Amino acid sequence: MSDEVILQVKDLKTYFTVDEGVVKAVDGVSFELHRGETLGIVGESGSGKSVTNLSIINLIPMPPGKIAGGQVLFHGKDMLTMSPNEIREIRGNKISMIFQDPMTSLNPFLRISTQMVETIVLHQGLSKEESKTKAIEMLKLAGIPAPEKRIDQYPHQFSGGMRQRVMIAMGLSCNPEILIADEPTSALDVTIQAQILELMQELTRRLGTAVILITHSLGVVAGMCNTICVMYAGRIVERGRTEEIFESPRHPYTMGLIRSVPRLDQETRGRLYSIPGQPPNVIDLPDCCPFYPRCDKVMDICKKKYPPTVPFEKEQSAACWLYAKEAQNA
Amino acid sequence: MSRYIIRRFLSLIPTIFVIITLSFFLIRFAPGGPFSSEKNVPEQVIQNLMKKYHMDEPLFKQYLSYMGDILHGDLGPSFRYRDSTVNELIGQSLPNSMLLGTIALVLATVAGIAVGIISALKQNHWQDYTFMSIAVVGISVPLFVVGPILQLVFAMRLHVLPLSGWITGREGIKALIMPAITLSFPYFAYIARLSRASLLEILRSDYVRTARAKGLAERTVITRHVLKGGLLPVVSYLGPAFSGIITGSIVIEQVFAIPGVGRIFVQSALNRDYTLIMGEVIVYSLILVLMNFVVDIVYGFLDPRIAYN
Ligand SMILES: Nc1ncnc2c1ncn2[C@@H]1O[C@H](COP(=O)(O)OP(=O)(O)OP(=O)(O)O)[C@@H](O)[C@H]1O
Ligand code: SF4
Ligand SMILES: [Mg+2]
Repeated sequence: MSDEVILQVKDLKTYFTVDEGVVKAVDGVSFELHRGETLGIVGESGSGKSVTNLSIINLIPMPPGKIAGGQVLFHGKDMLTMSPNEIREIRGNKISMIFQDPMTSLNPFLRISTQMVETIVLHQGLSKEESKTKAIEMLKLAGIPAPEKRIDQYPHQFSGGMRQRVMIAMGLSCNPEILIADEPTSALDVTIQAQILELMQELTRRLGTAVILITHSLGVVAGMCNTICVMYAGRIVERGRTEEIFESPRHPYTMGLIRSVPRLDQETRGRLYSIPGQPPNVIDLPDCCPFYPRCDKVMDICKKKYPPTVPFEKEQSAACWLYAKEAQNA
Repeated sequence: MSRYIIRRFLSLIPTIFVIITLSFFLIRFAPGGPFSSEKNVPEQVIQNLMKKYHMDEPLFKQYLSYMGDILHGDLGPSFRYRDSTVNELIGQSLPNSMLLGTIALVLATVAGIAVGIISALKQNHWQDYTFMSIAVVGISVPLFVVGPILQLVFAMRLHVLPLSGWITGREGIKALIMPAITLSFPYFAYIARLSRASLLEILRSDYVRTARAKGLAERTVITRHVLKGGLLPVVSYLGPAFSGIITGSIVIEQVFAIPGVGRIFVQSALNRDYTLIMGEVIVYSLILVLMNFVVDIVYGFLDPRIAYN
């Protein structure tokens, strides 16, 4: 990881207009990604993790979606205002994505070779034969046995874990600067999850690729990520270096997430902890801390105003009234 | 692969056998008979007729001799059209219906797919609304309304097409245009809606999102990743559609005076013309079963997930 910032998301807002109103799926998200860094985005279902990352490469279905504000600066250039051609130059080439469900993310009608070669031909300007050689090489790196043979097969001839390896090989085939992995293991068997994460970590380290890893579980990001952003109801509520987050979580939601990670060094008596209550509906949220109905430290002001983001030592910060000066004055 | 095709083909034979056998007995158990509507015919004449057509013999014996005949390709004499055999009656009318039906289905498929693609790509734009309104009309307005409207405009007002009649002479082909369009209309509407719906589903699928995330141009995404999966349901539909459309439509035949097989179908049922009904059942089920067979094979070529064992 270097100090060079390659991606800067500034006050990103992505809204969906549905019959019931406006879903503020992402509402003012900002973060930075450095070259070679691995950043974890953690949060419950519906917190806006996927929408944040689809917004980065401008793949939000519009309508119903709309990017209502903000900037996504890739090497200082705003991807949200780029022409379709410019952005296609980046997709799959400089920034590539791996999705949650490997069973549906590959086209069932096309051979693996077709799907891998088309990307390499497009972005690397290689011939079809050269591209296929490159694709086979990538499959080998991704731990697929007999890749020269397997490459001519169809997705249904691969297991879930193998397909995710194919997706990783495909995602890294153009040597991207950023790999966005949206819950790459949550559709897989527990035993395979660790293998896939290890593979991703090893390959991206070797290639110097920065990673944005999206997940439900703090447990997954703990071993892999340099930095963690915790998302709740469309906003980042806490961020910091991984050690900081685990050693001194500030936001009550982060504390809850940490308590709900299964731990090997502790005898778990009874059921695993889970945060009580449901994540809020992000339609027409009033101005308040969206976590207050589930928070055990809730105060009056939490119900009236969204908390400001308070910085701590080093890189950590949290949006919570517990730490805000205004709260004492109010 | 070829072994699969052969095995699949052989399995059609028992299907057809069962259809023929069931129909044979079902028809016989329906009330009435081929000679029951002939009033004032002396009992003796009926007796003679029954004898002539072997209807006085035990039913199972009749069945066996009928099966023997059709194995030789002989569908027997018509009970009603006394001078014609069933082979002749179907031989004269079926080719007309097949020609008209094929043209209509090709029209319906080409136009239906084109409209389906445009509507899916322009979902909720005016193109989509326009085409889908036309499709609703196509599905809900009956042919005996569509046909006469076309006749009114193109034959009686504009005089560019003949009012009705079958291919005769140089102007002949023109006579096919209006009946083919009319006949194709509901099929077109159905195919348009079917392909639109399934294309929309594919457009929203994960693998199309993957294709876009790879930076492919939208045109490549559509042609390489969307169309094949999106049009598969149309392929499945074409089997039954083809057997339905070429076995004639009595409405079209009445409106446009076409010597097709549909009219014979209806007449034979009303007349309890046993041999003719059976002839039609056999022809229809052969076509249906064969078309489904062809569709299965084609589908197998298009969808790699289908295994041949
Ligand atoms: N196409 C869409 N139309 C309407 N609302 C949408 C759409 N896509 C996402 N949303 C809404 O945006 C919010 C955030 O969704 P998002 O998929 O980003 O959540 P997530 O954090 O990735 O959750 P998960 O862990 O379940 O993947 C949700 O409330 C969701 O209902
Ligand atoms: S702002 Fe208030 S309700 Fe929200 S997390 Fe902090 S203490 Fe809890
Ligand atoms: Mg998601």
